[in-house]
Amino acid sequence: MTDIREVSVDELRHLVSDRAMSGETMLLNMGPQHPSTHGVLRLLLELDGEVVVNVIPDIGFLHTGVEKTAESKNYQQAEVMTDRLDYLNPMGNNLTYCLAVEKLTELDVPPRAQAIRVILAELQRISSHLLWLGTSALDLGAMSMFLYCMRERELVLNIFELVSGQRMMTTFIRPGGLWRDVPVEFETTVRDFLKAMPRRIQEYDDLLEKNEIFLDRTKGIGILTKEDCFQYGLSGPVIRGSGVAHDLRKKQPYSGYDLYDFDIPTHPEGDVYARYRVRVEEMTQSLRIIEQGLNKLPYGPVRSNNRKYVPPPRSEIGVSMEALIHHFKLWTEGFTPPTGHVYAATESPRGELGVYMESDGTAKPYRVHLVTPTFANLQAVPVMSRKHYIADLIGIVGSIDIVLGDADR
Amino acid sequence: MGLEQKAGNMGIVTTSLEKAVNWSRTNAMWPMLFGLACCAIEMMAAQAADYDMSRFGMELMRASPRQSDLMIVAGRVSRKMAPVVRKLYDQMPAPKWVIAMGDCASCGGIFNNYAILQGVDEIIPVDVYVAGCPPRPEGLIHGVLTLHEKVRKEKIKDWA
Repeated sequence: MTDIREVSVDELRHLVSDRAMSGETMLLNMGPQHPSTHGVLRLLLELDGEVVVNVIPDIGFLHTGVEKTAESKNYQQAEVMTDRLDYLNPMGNNLTYCLAVEKLTELDVPPRAQAIRVILAELQRISSHLLWLGTSALDLGAMSMFLYCMRERELVLNIFELVSGQRMMTTFIRPGGLWRDVPVEFETTVRDFLKAMPRRIQEYDDLLEKNEIFLDRTKGIGILTKEDCFQYGLSGPVIRGSGVAHDLRKKQPYSGYDLYDFDIPTHPEGDVYARYRVRVEEMTQSLRIIEQGLNKLPYGPVRSNNRKYVPPPRSEIGVSMEALIHHFKLWTEGFTPPTGHVYAATESPRGELGVYMESDGTAKPYRVHLVTPTFANLQAVPVMSRKHYIADLIGIVGSIDIVLGDADR
Repeated sequence: MGLEQKAGNMGIVTTSLEKAVNWSRTNAMWPMLFGLACCAIEMMAAQAADYDMSRFGMELMRASPRQSDLMIVAGRVSRKMAPVVRKLYDQMPAPKWVIAMGDCASCGGIFNNYAILQGVDEIIPVDVYVAGCPPRPEGLIHGVLTLHEKVRKEKIKDWA
């Protein structure tokens, strides 16, 4: 067993200013167990009274070693771990991983699978934003928001359970298509959800938009300028809250996002309130995308017909010798894509999520690197929180929607 | 033909100290507000409207280990986090219980590698293991009720 020891403040000493070392300012440890860090983030705060002078994020408390473990799994097996990276966006992680594998193997995905992928990814975005809204509002004292948001989140999870049998870690999207077709009740269930949601979003607005405390604690807090966004390489709702209309679904459409009509909500203020507005408006846009997807959901297969990479349907195995051989080969050895390297990126609820994959022609990836949005966005916390009160730091950390599984991988 | 029959008419219930204490411990067990990874989201779902763990006297999640009786290890424990988890456990006042929620906390789950502790029982004693990746909220509630059963059977001579 490797040696387990605690990280002490001394190891972060090179990051701490001389003022703190001389005792002029105070060093305060926040986390890794703190209800407002949304996981296991540790922030070393340098305080001048109640005012934040500097924030030093210490990450890695949820380092899972996914990238290394992926090298010892074959392509189908490694996908299972991607669910658990950014655990609020499993469908999106699967999608990104599958896009990378499909790029590597030049697999074609049938239109029905494409449309279902988009619907599921957008449902996931809504559920992620709901959880963010619930927990962040809870941090700022709006307790009831948490209960309302979790109520609606259950509706999305019920849909996921309907299609895949699992609530969160579905691994439903597979290289070359989907695991299986969606059941017949899928369309009505999603339509019920679409019908219910706009009223619920209105309810959240009513609860928060007229809430003096919430407005006071979000407006003008944690301002991030456009230049900061570019300099730190941020992405997602964080930059859209600073007025940058950058969304990979529009800029680099994947899975047929170019066929859908939707807007990118942006707000120029760059404060916590703007980021909150962006996310709430994104939920409405996601509902639009889902509705369009359902309206033009084509019929047909949900898996590519390329038997070298995609297992044959169960029904064929009993009657076709080839199908049996392919099935056996794919589930014992896995498939062997040509050598090369690819990068595929999607817009996760937190920003640009990318998968870089290198193949050496064997059944296992030579290297899988995950480019995660939270990791980049976390850099902005010190910039946003300087000269604010320590109480505002809670809202600021919440506003970038950190998921530590995403940052630490 | 004893005290119970006479006292029953007066609205008095008699029991043993053991039972009374165990009963109060099960019905006011405060879990620590402490999430690690994916399972923490399901733990939150168990607390929220649809599943509502407060039915079992557990609505109060305490952020401080010094005020909590139950530690739900919800998620994978990395080697960097392990000393912190141990320290939190040490800070909890006795009597204290631990639920390992999910496969990662129970046995490492799918992450058999250098970074993840192969089960939180390597560092702290675990009372109940809840299987699933992640377990459904019902699964967690079942784990909690199993723990309640265990606590109800505790003997007076075992109290420290």
